[in-house]
Amino acid sequence: MTETKYMTLNMGPQHPATHGVLRFALELDGETVVKSTPHIGYLHRGVEKLMESKTYWQSEPLTDRLDYTSGMSNNLAYCLAVEKLLGIEIPKRAQYIRVMLSELQRIAAHILWLSTHALDIGAMTLFFYGFRERENCLKVLETVSGARLMPDYIRFGGLREDLPDEFMEKARIFIDDFPRRVDEYETLLTKNIIWIKRTQGIGLISAQEAINYSVTGPVLRASGVNYDVRKAYPYSSYEDFDFEIPLGDKGDVYDRYLVRLKEMRQSARIVTQALDHLPKGPVRAPDLKHVPPEKESVKNDMAALIRHFKLMADGVEPPKTEAYASIESSKGELGFYIISDGTNRPYRVRIRPPSFLNLASIPRMIEGALVADVIAAIGSVDVVLGEIDK
Amino acid sequence: MSEQQELLKTLSDRFGQKISEAYLSFGEPVVKVGRDSLRDLISFLKNDPGLSFDMLVDLFGVDYPEAEPRFEIVYILRSTRNNKRVTIKTRTRQTGMDTVSDLFKAAEWLEREIYDMFGVQFVNHPDLRRIYTDDDFEGHPLRKDFPLQGRDYDKPFTVTLEEERSK
Repeated sequence: MTETKYMTLNMGPQHPATHGVLRFALELDGETVVKSTPHIGYLHRGVEKLMESKTYWQSEPLTDRLDYTSGMSNNLAYCLAVEKLLGIEIPKRAQYIRVMLSELQRIAAHILWLSTHALDIGAMTLFFYGFRERENCLKVLETVSGARLMPDYIRFGGLREDLPDEFMEKARIFIDDFPRRVDEYETLLTKNIIWIKRTQGIGLISAQEAINYSVTGPVLRASGVNYDVRKAYPYSSYEDFDFEIPLGDKGDVYDRYLVRLKEMRQSARIVTQALDHLPKGPVRAPDLKHVPPEKESVKNDMAALIRHFKLMADGVEPPKTEAYASIESSKGELGFYIISDGTNRPYRVRIRPPSFLNLASIPRMIEGALVADVIAAIGSVDVVLGEIDK
Repeated sequence: MSEQQELLKTLSDRFGQKISEAYLSFGEPVVKVGRDSLRDLISFLKNDPGLSFDMLVDLFGVDYPEAEPRFEIVYILRSTRNNKRVTIKTRTRQTGMDTVSDLFKAAEWLEREIYDMFGVQFVNHPDLRRIYTDDDFEGHPLRKDFPLQGRDYDKPFTVTLEEERSK
C-alpha cells in the first residue's frame, strides 16, 4: 500500500509576491495545491480600538494608514460616514475635487497593482513603465496635500484647503497624457502570449461564488457582477459624471487585469470631466457648529480663532445615532460604520476593508492550482495588508 | 409607502413578535431581532426569490458592557438584483450564537474576527480560530474593558536567557 503524504509549504510572511506580510500555509500534492490557509494579523494595530479613544478629528490620519496605496479614498470614506452622522451638506466644488482626487488615487493604486502584479509573473519592463506614471500621478496629488501617500486632505465638512494654483495645469498634463500610457501597457501585456498563458483560466471564481464570498471591486466585476458603489449608491456627486463600469465574464486573472485597465481609462475620463466642469465656490460647508473656519480668517477674526480652538480641542459631538457610508475604493467597497454615543469620541468604528473579504476568497480560487498560479492569483486580487489587518 | 417600508412590513408580517424593532435609519431599513430567530430571518431574506439578499456586506460586533445580553451583532445584507441594503441587529451573550457561515461564505472570516475581538463563540462554525492576534493571546481587544494600550504595556519587554531556557 502506498501512502499519500502532502507537503506543507509555508509561503510568506516575508515573501515579495504576497504583497506585504501575508502568510499562506499551502498543502501540496507534488506541485498542486490541495489546501491553502491564509494567516493574517502581522500588521494588526487595532485601528478600530484606537479610534474609540480619539476625537473625530484625530481619527482621520489613521485612515490614511489603512490602505496605504489609496489614502484619499480612505479619507473620503471616513468623512462621508462622519458627515452622515453630523448631517453636513458639502459644497459642490468640494465634492468635485473629492471625486477628482479619489479617481487620481485610483489610477495611482491601479498602476502600483499592475506593475507589481506583472513583476510577480515575470514581466519586468512594465514595472519601470508603471512607476514612471505613478510618480507623476503622486506628484499631482502631492501638490494638494504636500504628502505623497498620507494626504489627510479630505476632511469632514469639506477639504483642508482649496486647490493650489498649479494643480489644474499639472493634473491636466498628466491626465491628457495618461490614456496613451495605458495603451503602452497594453502593447506589453494584452496580447503577450506568456502573459495570456499565465493568466487565462487561472484563479477562477464564478459570479455566484464571488457574491457569496462578498468579494467586491474589480475582482467581483471581472466575474461579471455589475456592482460598483459609485453607481449603486452614488456619493459625492458621482451621479453627475459620465462613466462606464467595465465588466469581465470569466472571472480569471486575465479578466481582472482587463477590468482594471479599463477602469483606469474610465477614471481618467472622470478626472477630465471634473477638471472641465469644476464649479467655483467655497470648499467647506458653512456649518459653524461642526466645521472649522478657513485658516486665513483664523489669523484675522477673533470669533473664528475661538471657534477653531474650540473645535480642535473639543471636537464635534454628533447626535446619538449610527451611520454606514461606503465608497468604491480601488480594492472594492470600503465602508465605515460609526456608532456615536453623543460624545466627541465615537463609541465604535467598524471598518469594512474590501481586501479582507477579497483575500478570504483566494483559497477557493487556488484550489487545485499550481504553486506558480498562487502567485498570479494573489497578485490579481490586489490585497493590501495595511487595510486587512487594520 | 416606499420600497424600504414595504420590506419592513413584509418582515413584520412574517416574523411578527420575533422582530423587536423595525425602523428606517438614513432611509435604509434596520431590523432588530432575537437571537433565536436570526437564522430564520437571514435565510428568508436570502432565499426569498423576490428579496434575494444574497450578499453579506458586513458583519461585526459591538460591545455594551452594561447591557444584558452584552454583545450586539450587526449584519448588513445587500441584494445584488434589487440593489437594496438592510441592516439586521441582534443581541447575544458570549456563547450560543448561531453561525451564518453556511449561508454566506464571507461570514466565516467575519465571525472569526468577532470571536477574536469580542470572544463571541459561534455554534457550528467550521473553523473558529483567532484571526488577527496570536493563538495564545489573552483577552479580546475590542471589548470595552480591554485596556487601550494592551496589558502590561508599561512593563519593559525583556526576556533573559535564563527565562527562555526555563520554558
